[in-house]
Amino acid sequence: MVKKGTWVSVRRTVLSPEGRAATVPDDTKQVALVLLTSGYLQADANIGDNVQIITHIGRADEGELVEANPIFNVNYGHSVPILNQVRDDLLKLMEDIDNE
Amino acid sequence: MNDYIEVISRKNQIMKQSVSIDYSKFEYGAISFDYEALMKQVPYTVQQVSEIQRSHAVGNTPLIELRNLTKLARSLAPKGMGARIVVKDEASNASGSFKARRASLSVYQAKKLGYKGVISSTSGNYGAAVASQAAMAGLKCIIIQECFDSRGVGQPEIMEKARLCQALGADVIQLSVGPELFYTSLKLLEQTGYFNASLYTPYSIVGIETLGYELGSQCKEIYGKHPSAVVCTNAGGGNLTGTARGLIKAGCKTQLIAASVNLSGLHMASDNHFNRKSFTTGHTGFGVPFTTNPDRSDVPRSAARPLRYMDRYVTVKQGEVFYITQALATLEGLEKGPAGNTALAAAFSISQTMKSDEIIVVQETEYTGAGKHLQPQLAFAIDNGIQVKLGNPIDEKAGESIILPSHPRLIKAQDLDINNLRKSLIKNAVNNAKIPLTQVDYEFLAIETNSSVDYVKSCIEQLQLNK
Repeated sequence: MVKKGTWVSVRRTVLSPEGRAATVPDDTKQVALVLLTSGYLQADANIGDNVQIITHIGRADEGELVEANPIFNVNYGHSVPILNQVRDDLLKLMEDIDNE
Repeated sequence: MNDYIEVISRKNQIMKQSVSIDYSKFEYGAISFDYEALMKQVPYTVQQVSEIQRSHAVGNTPLIELRNLTKLARSLAPKGMGARIVVKDEASNASGSFKARRASLSVYQAKKLGYKGVISSTSGNYGAAVASQAAMAGLKCIIIQECFDSRGVGQPEIMEKARLCQALGADVIQLSVGPELFYTSLKLLEQTGYFNASLYTPYSIVGIETLGYELGSQCKEIYGKHPSAVVCTNAGGGNLTGTARGLIKAGCKTQLIAASVNLSGLHMASDNHFNRKSFTTGHTGFGVPFTTNPDRSDVPRSAARPLRYMDRYVTVKQGEVFYITQALATLEGLEKGPAGNTALAAAFSISQTMKSDEIIVVQETEYTGAGKHLQPQLAFAIDNGIQVKLGNPIDEKAGESIILPSHPRLIKAQDLDINNLRKSLIKNAVNNAKIPLTQVDYEFLAIETNSSVDYVKSCIEQLQLNK
């Protein structure tokens, strides 16, 4: 159970596959246009319930409850070893230029 | 009629209310409009714009000479060649990119006209720019992004921008892939009555003029001369248009070069292709269509008209931009976001074809951070099945591989045929016309394509398009 007043994310379908623009490519036309947004939950609910939210600028929205206390999960990814090689090669090249 | 078609049919009315510009009063002939009269909707001189921007932590950014990258370029060039490479550090604007210039006048105008809030549809740095300026002005802000594919997988770079927009107080609405973002935007403009802080209004483009103006003046002050070339990363064309107009106002005659990441082969509205690209802007998928059909933007008449101003249009590969981003950090001590370095990759190559006493200016950098950095973007590409390796970037195939050059001599900006772009613009304009073109339209197209009436007429004859 997620308590009223919790910061949550909700998801809703904006356009079903049939309602999509005529110009979109075939692969996109097969799927719905989906919207995700966040706000404060207006009543106690469970994940998956259809709920009302008020965003932090005071806008009302609704949708399927996805997550309580969501974050934007951004990080620096995993190691990409060729970047080490690029760094080393560049430094070596500059050393060679300076020694010429 | 379904809801999508109904909302789109109210487009012109919604636009008029949300930007307070009646575009129809500038239109004439079959396809023409008075561009300069439209731009005069912003009643400020470049000095006044500059004052407004400086009071909102925008502008007056440093011009930084890239001594080691210049040295490296000269080592690869014939004797006496290798222009000095300098960069305008636009990352030092509030919100971390030149887009702050673009947002500043829009938000200033929205506040002045009494709007309670602003809305912008953008997956790029412009969202944070609008959110930042709105926070300063005390206006509410909604940012709408195209962010994830049908699996729910979001682009790391766009997720970071969403985080920043929310941190700056904006309501962030994230959508799955598709051009119907515009429909969501129109509905929200109608529901809220907020100002449409579109990237393509005169406010947005006049806001960038200070970039070109500063750049020309700074170059003259530091080096005693104007640059021989200015390279602009190109997507919707506003960056190049505003910069060019500012350079003209500074009395600076220079070659204007557009640069985009080559993403040919990928469809921008394809759900399957969405996460197979590592650049979400500054690429040919936006750059070419907006150059050849500027009014495909979200306002009736775009104030971004790059083909009026560009002398050359070059492309670079994703691998080249990632490489130069690493080189900028390693050799110059400047860690910046990759997308903003598209023009730098091009400039590094073009410098080698210019004389060593010439100057080539890269007119922007952008902020970097988690997600919006070459390592997470390359890691994401690898996780999405893209082959990332060292080699010759000429072999890179967008959506399949990212090839970082095994040596900096392999960085080669590739020219697009500017005449083909001109012909394509003329063809699009003729196709968009509902009535036959007349002399005034030929004159308009000559200005649009930076060519002549004779050229326009011969193109139309050649294309056998005269209806």
